[in-house]
Amino acid sequence: MMASDAKRKAAEALLHVLPLPGREAGWAREARAAARTRLLEAGAPFRRDEYWKYTDPAGLTAPLAVVDPTDARPDFENPFGEVHSRLARFVNGRYRADLSDDLDPVGLSVATLSETLSHDLGFARDLFGRLEAAGQEKVARPLAALNTACATEGLVLHVTGAVAEPLHLRYDQVGTGASLLHHLIRVESGASIMVLESGNVTNQVLEVDIADGASFQHVRIQQGKRAGSANHIFVRLGAEARFKTFTLTIDGEMTRNEVVLAFTGDDASGHIAGAVLGQGDSHIDNTVFVTHGSEGCESRQVFKNVLTGKAHGIFQGKIFVRQGAQKTDGYQISQAVLLGEGPQFSVKPELEIYADDVKCSHGSTTGRLDETAMFYLRSRGVPERQAEAMLVAAFADAAFEEIGDEGLADAMRAHAARWMAERSDGDG
Amino acid sequence: MLQIKNLHVKLEEEDKFILKGVDLTVEPGTVHAIMGPNGSGKSTLSYVLTGRDGYEVTQGSATLDGDDLLAMDPEDRAAHGLFLAFQYPVEIPGVGNMTFLRTAMNAQRKARGEPLISAPEFLKLVRAQAKALKIDAEMLKRPVNVGFSGGEKKRNEILQMAVLQPRMCILDETDSGLDVDAMKLVAEGVNALRDGKRAFVVITHYQRLLDHIVPDFVHVMSGGRIVESGGPELALKVEAEGYAHLQEPVA
Repeated sequence: MMASDAKRKAAEALLHVLPLPGREAGWAREARAAARTRLLEAGAPFRRDEYWKYTDPAGLTAPLAVVDPTDARPDFENPFGEVHSRLARFVNGRYRADLSDDLDPVGLSVATLSETLSHDLGFARDLFGRLEAAGQEKVARPLAALNTACATEGLVLHVTGAVAEPLHLRYDQVGTGASLLHHLIRVESGASIMVLESGNVTNQVLEVDIADGASFQHVRIQQGKRAGSANHIFVRLGAEARFKTFTLTIDGEMTRNEVVLAFTGDDASGHIAGAVLGQGDSHIDNTVFVTHGSEGCESRQVFKNVLTGKAHGIFQGKIFVRQGAQKTDGYQISQAVLLGEGPQFSVKPELEIYADDVKCSHGSTTGRLDETAMFYLRSRGVPERQAEAMLVAAFADAAFEEIGDEGLADAMRAHAARWMAERSDGDG
Repeated sequence: MLQIKNLHVKLEEEDKFILKGVDLTVEPGTVHAIMGPNGSGKSTLSYVLTGRDGYEVTQGSATLDGDDLLAMDPEDRAAHGLFLAFQYPVEIPGVGNMTFLRTAMNAQRKARGEPLISAPEFLKLVRAQAKALKIDAEMLKRPVNVGFSGGEKKRNEILQMAVLQPRMCILDETDSGLDVDAMKLVAEGVNALRDGKRAFVVITHYQRLLDHIVPDFVHVMSGGRIVESGGPELALKVEAEGYAHLQEPVA
């Protein structure tokens, strides 16, 4: 369906805001042109679109207007604690080799997106914009198409072996400014990698192609000040491939995380989890779309939200099972605990199933902390805030357990504990 | 130690009075049993003393060593040495039994300005008490009361009491749902804590628990008041005669 004139005009305006990419190889220019066409055909996202019922896209597109390059060398505290990793740093949306570790451990080759797009790197050519385009089949994702059309910064990871040390992508922002990043990741058969991300990006796309029998794990933490942050992860899973992603989102005015996952080979598994801690005016939206296109695959979505003040948490999760995707096992749970009277949680679970031999379930709960349990803890001497923190930690733990790595899970739990101790339940 | 004067309590949400003038004085080192039919206000009394939400005190007072209990948050009452063994101990999935108990103990110590207990010291203390109550180590590792049998839950209450060492203990129908052996175990746990200073209020429907925890005083509650007080022999009388003669006359 063609977009309305207003949506198309708004899409053109978005393209005008961002600088055009410079000289690139022919295939890259074609991919950019195709992305521009996708964006213009879909139009810019508007609040009245069904997919944007709970999140006003203006909060995600307005911050794109400012771009602010810098040579600053900002300090940061590693949010993954004691977990060893190789660091790749970005400041104001630009890759900074001068601040990064040597990124060529055994089993991995790394290039920047701009290098890649001016050459002919086989796998990148088959990947750039391809998974993003495929991910628009059922629902338009114009902010991702905008990213493919314009992003010039990012990393291209080619994983050919078992990479022992996680790769930590770190994003820092100095002053006001927008960042636009596009990463390409290809994990070859039998290879594996863990990617960590911390900090915030204004608009980011990850295209992750996981070959047969390969494995990709991902843990992300979004914290600190951010005006708006729109993130897309597009994943294609081959036969017997494994994918696991977990995101901890702490506060922030406007965050939208979309994970779009497609099973294209049999007997693969894809786990998508997240924990949300929101206070004040935070607006945190997790949107997931899982397509089962092959047999015997297992998908899990586990999201836990802890909301206070006037925070708004959103979960939209869909399991789409194509005809013939027999023996699919799809699971989805989204839950929220509301502290106080101000916060809200909106949820839209969806199942669309065209195969007859599948097992799919979804569930969602919204509630307050159990008063009886609160009284029990307090009657033993545990102060109210500490009792709340204990019950919240217990509530959120099912999401942290999805990480599957105890060191990383404990680092994330520590962030949650600190947030609970320091949070304000007020409106501000 | 515990002094309750003319306590009137109604439900917060509706105009229904549950306690209509309770008077009770508990001296250090004594055990008081409160008996009474269902709905007489026994459990409400225990909840109001420990600070549960949902009740409104309209008249009267309750003090612990002169401090106004009713003005304190539940956690402050605990730090002052008040303890309630729940009739229905609460299951808390995801919170480990040991973590819970150590957090509670250190929170109380912190509130009283005492040094915190170290992990090894705490472990030693809990293990010794658990052994006496025949609580196995596996149970201690599980989440609070989750998957515990009725008897295990009640023993866990006594374990918490033994570890936290409160001065004023209230046991709310600790015998309900227990077989004779489990009841003996619980009673032994309580008796072990009788040190001549610590005081107990034992709420029970039946006399049988009082064979094992022998009270100094027995009170009978009915219609939101204590209607009869006496020595241990009163419990036997109640057992023999029932509560029927205590029912309030129809107004």
